[in-house]
Amino acid sequence: MNISIRPVATALFVIFFSSALLERAQAGSGNYYPPVADKLTQDECGSCHMAYPAALLPGSSWRKIMSGLEQHFGDDASLDPASTSHITRYLVDNAADAAGTRHTRKMMRGVDTTNAPMRITELPKWISEHREISPREWRRKDVASKANCTACHIDASKGYFEDD
Amino acid sequence: MNSVFRSDSVALPHHPATLNDASIQPWQPKNGTPDKDSLVKALSRIFIVISGAIIASAVQAGPREELLDRYAREAKASEAAFSAFSSRSGEALHIARHATGKPDTPSCTACHGDDPRRPGQTKTGKSIDPMAVSVSQSRYTDAAKVEKWFRRNCTEVLGRACTPREKGDWLTYMISQ
Ligand code: HEC
Ligand code: HEC
Ligand code: HEC
Repeated sequence: MNISIRPVATALFVIFFSSALLERAQAGSGNYYPPVADKLTQDECGSCHMAYPAALLPGSSWRKIMSGLEQHFGDDASLDPASTSHITRYLVDNAADAAGTRHTRKMMRGVDTTNAPMRITELPKWISEHREISPREWRRKDVASKANCTACHIDASKGYFEDD
Repeated sequence: MNSVFRSDSVALPHHPATLNDASIQPWQPKNGTPDKDSLVKALSRIFIVISGAIIASAVQAGPREELLDRYAREAKASEAAFSAFSSRSGEALHIARHATGKPDTPSCTACHGDDPRRPGQTKTGKSIDPMAVSVSQSRYTDAAKVEKWFRRNCTEVLGRACTPREKGDWLTYMISQ
């Protein structure tokens, strides 16, 4: 069996190159919040609700959330110390105010990033974007909570939060 | 050919035709010299057989059984009367409305739903895959995950940790579903 290395290398190169392009195109479209790309974060923070994109909150909020997982919005979401620090690092490195995440500035409007809320749903910009939604809509059975983004934003897990 | 079903053919260890069948001798060189292709084929067949055996043995002493063994040992250590887990008690624990935990989650079914073969839903509205092993085959194969959720959910529903017997009963119930 002699598999030539060249076609394989070419294929890999094409795959890498085109996915890099795709990523850029998505990031350019304004309301793109890159989905959580870290497996541990996806697993541990995506079982009770969607794993919220790191770019939806500033680093200070993630730090606060991650240092109080025993009392997490009324739930016990605690983890072992190694997992906690791994996830904290991922979220802070990809937070709204981390270097190189310019496309997420919009949600940070009016937010003091050093003393930000712990909820995405308490960001001033989130509140104004959702002001026109009727109480009936919020009570729809499959919505259950404001924090259930995917009930209305069907492409939320792909990073898109546009009109439903 | 109906001879296969005759009782006398059962006594024959090999059907004569099988012995002459070239297809079960893949490494037999077809034109005198050993050719690379058939060697690779033979080796990959050996590989498949070996890995099949490994998988089969892993299934026999699977992680679910190991977990049940562990809970049984712990149950025996803490209560002398313990003999075996009961799927009925597991079901009772699952559906009972306990008054000792959080008011909005009085029972396991608050999130996991009334039918273990159907999906449940968290308080935040996210769907939870069914808990019954017959429909969610990969469940309870990661001991750390199982322990983590018993810890969280028993506190949530019962206001305390579950005992080894409760965990074993509940697991036995879900495995039977
Ligand atoms: C045991 C279940 C559970 C786990 C695990 C969990 N959460 Fe939560 N989380 C909740 C609940 C419940 C809420 C409150 C939702 C509501 O208000 O309806 C919440 C809310 C949140 C919010 C605020 C949402 C909003 O209103 O804007 C953030 C941010 C959040 N969680 C992050 C995380 C992170 C990060 C992790 C992983 C370390 C995590 N969660 C793991 C249950 C959980
Ligand atoms: C009850 C349905 C509903 C829920 C739940 C919901 N949204 Fe929205 N959201 C909407 C609607 C409708 C709009 C469109 C408002 C508009 O475009 O005028 C919107 C707009 C947005 C926008 C602005 C998009 C743009 O085009 O500028 C963002 C970002 C957003 N939502 C994020 C979230 C996040 C994050 C969550 C979960 C924490 C969430 N939403 C939960 C209905 C919902
Ligand atoms: C507040 C919601 C909620 C309640 C109440 C709840 N669970 Fe869960 N449970 C979850 C979530 C979320 C998961 C993780 C998601 C998944 O595994 O699909 C989970 C997972 C589990 C797991 C791990 C499954 C696995 O694949 O390893 C076990 C075991 C479990 N629950 C047992 C229970 C028991 C026993 C009760 C009642 C005493 C209970 N749960 C009540 C939400 C809940």
